[in-house]
Amino acid sequence: MNDKPPKTGPTRRTVLESGAAAGFLLATGLPAKSQQLPVATSTSSDVEPSAVEPIATTLNINSRGYSIGLDPRTTLLDALRNHLGLTGSKKGCDHGQCGACTVLVNGRRINSCLSLAVMHEGDTITTIEGLADGDNLHPMQAAFITHDGFQCGYCTPGQICSAVAMLREVADGWPSHVSEMPSAENASLSDVEIRERMSGNICRCSAYPNIVAAIRDAANEV
Amino acid sequence: MRSFIYQRATDARDALAGVAAVRNARFISGGTNLLDLMKLEIERPAHLVDISRLPFDGIEQTGEGGLRIGAQVRNSTLAADPRVRSGYPVLAQALLSGASGQIRNKASTGGNLLQRTRCYYFYDRNMPCNKREPGSGCAALRGFNRMHAVLGSSDACIAVHPSDMAVALSVLDATVETIDLDGTTRQIAVGDLHRLPGSTPDIETQLKYGEMITAVVLPPAQPGKQLYRKVRDRASYAFALVSVAAIVDLAGDTITGARFALGGVAAKPWRSPEAEAILIGQRATTEVFEKAADAALANAVGRGGNDFKIPLAKRTIQHALAAASERG
Repeated sequence: MNDKPPKTGPTRRTVLESGAAAGFLLATGLPAKSQQLPVATSTSSDVEPSAVEPIATTLNINSRGYSIGLDPRTTLLDALRNHLGLTGSKKGCDHGQCGACTVLVNGRRINSCLSLAVMHEGDTITTIEGLADGDNLHPMQAAFITHDGFQCGYCTPGQICSAVAMLREVADGWPSHVSEMPSAENASLSDVEIRERMSGNICRCSAYPNIVAAIRDAANEV
Repeated sequence: MRSFIYQRATDARDALAGVAAVRNARFISGGTNLLDLMKLEIERPAHLVDISRLPFDGIEQTGEGGLRIGAQVRNSTLAADPRVRSGYPVLAQALLSGASGQIRNKASTGGNLLQRTRCYYFYDRNMPCNKREPGSGCAALRGFNRMHAVLGSSDACIAVHPSDMAVALSVLDATVETIDLDGTTRQIAVGDLHRLPGSTPDIETQLKYGEMITAVVLPPAQPGKQLYRKVRDRASYAFALVSVAAIVDLAGDTITGARFALGGVAAKPWRSPEAEAILIGQRATTEVFEKAADAALANAVGRGGNDFKIPLAKRTIQHALAAASERG
């Protein structure tokens, strides 16, 4: 009754192989247009061809340009982690619910797991790797260490990126759900405000009291 | 995720032609709901047309004194706009009560309207769902249905529309502007955009295939106090169990204008003209609010797990109307 349609997409294996091959070609420094991803071959002649044309994409990440050929399905998170070796951004739920993958695009925080990398050509992307100035930690990173704002640390890169962008939103006068009047010109940064504005970042170790303390502290410095 | 052809649209015509050229194409803007569904292979477009950089990204005053919001305006930008915050606070509040900071930065105005239900059974491909697979049945009818609809549902589907923004746009009598491949533009009242499920819950809006939302137009700000009240399972980043967008205008303590829309209870933002009519000309009292709330939910049907939504919706309406009647 519920006949499954024939599977036309690449298998998990071909996707993994594609990723590995793209990574290798990147390492050899070939220009993006000469990179060809292996094509998943169909086992049956009546299924649609599933060739995936890689798209030459240039991403500006942490003030550096990266040219890569990407399967259009690649999320920004997977491009960062699997193709560019920027593994600071974490994959938690992969559905935009946990915030572990939070990065800054043109200064605004987004879930990199819910965004296609090919859609970010020309954008300015900042990941957790790009926040520090050499060995000098970003004040938010330093505050998380001072206040022990984590336990296992998996959500931390997303928490820090989110908090940095959140302070910019406050500085820009953006209201929040808990601001008394959404028309108030300057939203103050009470603990209630911090919790509401950071609700897109889950900490399964529940280090929230220290995360809030770190952000409150950093807010006075940034 | 199934493979697809990616096309970055250069202008509206290019975008419309791209979708028209194939049978199973989708526009993508913020992508926060579409990519989620594509990962689960609930949405399986063969062609994605990226409209996120089309120039429908401004908020401008209309000749009538309202606001035209481009379909590509991000939810966070819209919620922070001073004209929205002063003239249409119910819209700013609704936007800010939805999703997370990260998602609001990505989600577009048009995409927010076209997001799909979060019914667990729609998301679970192992379960029957008439919306996902017409004719397969509705697992929510006798399943876990505490999040589901109490108004306007059918035996084919009891899913709710999850948008908060749409509820505010409904109470504001906003209009959606669209464009078709042949250049035809049309205006659809936001209250007419979404369809009730009937026997075809897979057809969710009045939009034709390939028709693109270009803007949402707000009429001039109406007199009266506006507010959005949302009741949910946790304090932030959760969909509504019930929400109410309300606007009440008073002369002394007499109600001269009253409108409210419900969220979380139907496949579309729910207006009840007969309930609103009860309020006009009456003194703003608990009794009259109760009467209006009863009228709004008169035809409500619970499905077991969501029975609680009927009294909850009534109380939330009363609370919102009372709060919107407070002055000083």
